Amino acid sequence: MDFTLTKEQEKFRQGVRDFLEGEIRQGLWEPSCDAWIMGHDPEFTKRVAQRGWIGLTWPKEYGGQGRSFVDRLILTEEMLRYGAPAACHWFADRQIGGAIVHYGTDEQKRELLPKILNGEAYVGLGMSEPDAGSDLASLKTRAVEDGDYYVIDGQKTWTSGGSHMNWIYLLARTDPDAPKHRGISEFFFETSLPGITVTPIVDITGGVHFNEVFFESVRIPKKCLIGEKNRGFYQVLNQLDYERSGMERLMGNYPLFEALIQYTKETRRNGKPLCEDPVIRPKLAQLKIEFEIGRLHMYRIAVVMDDGRAPNWESAMSKAYGTTFEQRLASTAIEILGLYGQLSPQSKRVPIRGMAYHSYLSSKGYSLQAGTSEILKNILASRKLELPSQ
Amino acid sequence: MNLAFTEEQEMLKNMARNFLSDKFPKTVVKEIEESEPGYSPESWKEMAELGWMGVPLPEKYGGGDMSFLDLAVLLEEMGRACLPGPYFSTEVLGGLTILDIGSEEQKQEYLPKLASGEAIFTLALTEPSARYDAAGIQTKATADKDAYILNGTKLFVPDAHIADYILVVARSDEKSKGEGGITIFIVDTKSPGISCTVLKTIANDKLCEVIFDRVKVPKENIVGQLNQGWSAVQRIIQRAAVAKCCEMVGCIQQALDMTVSYAKERKQYDRPIGSFQVIQHYCADMATDVDGTRLSTYQAAWMLSEGLPCTKEVAIAKAWAGEACQRVMALAHQIHGAIGVTIDHDLQYYTRRAKAAEVSFGDASFYREIVAQEMGL
Repeated sequence: MDFTLTKEQEKFRQGVRDFLEGEIRQGLWEPSCDAWIMGHDPEFTKRVAQRGWIGLTWPKEYGGQGRSFVDRLILTEEMLRYGAPAACHWFADRQIGGAIVHYGTDEQKRELLPKILNGEAYVGLGMSEPDAGSDLASLKTRAVEDGDYYVIDGQKTWTSGGSHMNWIYLLARTDPDAPKHRGISEFFFETSLPGITVTPIVDITGGVHFNEVFFESVRIPKKCLIGEKNRGFYQVLNQLDYERSGMERLMGNYPLFEALIQYTKETRRNGKPLCEDPVIRPKLAQLKIEFEIGRLHMYRIAVVMDDGRAPNWESAMSKAYGTTFEQRLASTAIEILGLYGQLSPQSKRVPIRGMAYHSYLSSKGYSLQAGTSEILKNILASRKLELPSQ
Repeated sequence: MNLAFTEEQEMLKNMARNFLSDKFPKTVVKEIEESEPGYSPESWKEMAELGWMGVPLPEKYGGGDMSFLDLAVLLEEMGRACLPGPYFSTEVLGGLTILDIGSEEQKQEYLPKLASGEAIFTLALTEPSARYDAAGIQTKATADKDAYILNGTKLFVPDAHIADYILVVARSDEKSKGEGGITIFIVDTKSPGISCTVLKTIANDKLCEVIFDRVKVPKENIVGQLNQGWSAVQRIIQRAAVAKCCEMVGCIQQALDMTVSYAKERKQYDRPIGSFQVIQHYCADMATDVDGTRLSTYQAAWMLSEGLPCTKEVAIAKAWAGEACQRVMALAHQIHGAIGVTIDHDLQYYTRRAKAAEVSFGDASFYREIVAQEMGL
């Protein structure tokens, strides 16, 4: 047992911090909550790519760095700590590149991975549909073979990254006669093809990060199929383990946490700082305790991945835990700010740049995206605890 | 980063689990709890023969030359088995304190007796004020030639009724009210003037009221430094809190295992209750709490073992464990239904111990304040 990071890892962390602090000093961007999913900044993504910080864990032969998942966790932890605008590359780096490494042909690896590594492919996730949410396998979007092509028809919704994507990862039905889990395939292609329409969905915060995407006779070459035809559902389950496993499920609104602590130190009420208030003080400490427990969950997952296992029930556990923490953080922040907590980011007199307002609303979706907490607990019950299904 | 036990630790864990489940079925635990000494001298001897008494002590004092982390593995299994008796008092409160601050002579005198199972040790820290801060120490130690005279009442002293030696935390400088002026003495329980009453507790363990009435203690029985004992007491509390967390990990892991197994067997509406989603989600919540407790506990235990500063990590572990245990036990009961609230069911042993552990060596409020300080609030 050893809970420390190596000297190289600490040095790496410091390097990431220096880079991000330098960016902030230059005024290139401002730290913000949800920046991993809402902060689309192609130039930032380019600069990250130039440092070799996309595809950190991918094999060297495909342009990755062949580094550990703990290393990647350090990198993403710092990105989230500083609220860096990493949305352009986040999904591709986290799961799509890995899926291609895992299931793609050599040709796909040679052709597609460099686009992600260079920070040029902004990937949207085309999974959910209007009638296929938690029950993803009931999706209806069709991919029909036609010579050297598949023809895609259907609709995706809640497509994260949809408004800025130039590539899409798509799950579509390739065998309508097979049992629903066994007739789905994975595809990866450019969204500049004719027949694709993206309609933004305005979320509860007033922002746009997910979208409806319509496919009307979209012809994609057969080489866009990732992995085995009709095995897509099983392949995506593996991908989802990675989608759920990251520090963004705990630190998506971390800039709020830091700002809140600072605010309670600097703001005086009844002649003393808010952080000395006997009601507020233990609330902040409790948040810190819950955060640190979550952090241990996240590091455990990285260790599991470095051991060569997919983080299956572990990521279900950590995501359900982490998103609950984030919701509590945002809610507690508004309580502590009191009447000021209700002010929107655009309002006069708004404290801490309105991050509490934003995160409170935004965090309602955290426990829905990438597997609802209920689905995650089902996974925990069946795969870790082996409870019966009937 | 590596979160796995070593091969040796796995062996220790398996050996302990087998031994404890063999020697301490709940019928035996019950008998021991109801007996006056509250432990089984026979099993105590066997545990000593297995080398458990001196696990973290150096070989030259008869110990096993193992680490605090190894002890943590053992304590988890003891928590799982609901082991009754003075192991925690002797090893964690007594042995590790003497090892930490005792003189070479004291180590040579006491530790071999401890490691061989010949002597039982404990610590008298808390008083009727039931506080873990320095202001709570009111028991007086008054200098009298080559000795000190102890006067005062200590409360919630574990296993004092069977202890051969008690480490007593006393105020040796009356002028000082805070952290200064505190000294730790090792007191032979055969000394005149000590009276002990066993208190009835929720965990059926043997917490005692110990009254020191003009108890004479030779000066050479000062452990550590005169008037500067508080920092050592803080380290004692820290070690005890982590050790208690280790027991709690075992306690709630076992409660979870029992509950999952019951949910698979118990049928209602012609199906196992564990197939109902609400029960599955309760179990998932329990497992998440168990793992959070395990991760934070072993992080703290590992840091203590490595001699790293870990005030924050210990505080996080104990604050979390205390409250997580209550959530786990509440759900364990809800899933077990009425059978779980009967005196003959095993679950109640865990419920009682989990509650006692929550308030021992600092509760969540106590540690939240420490976390607040560590955050610079």
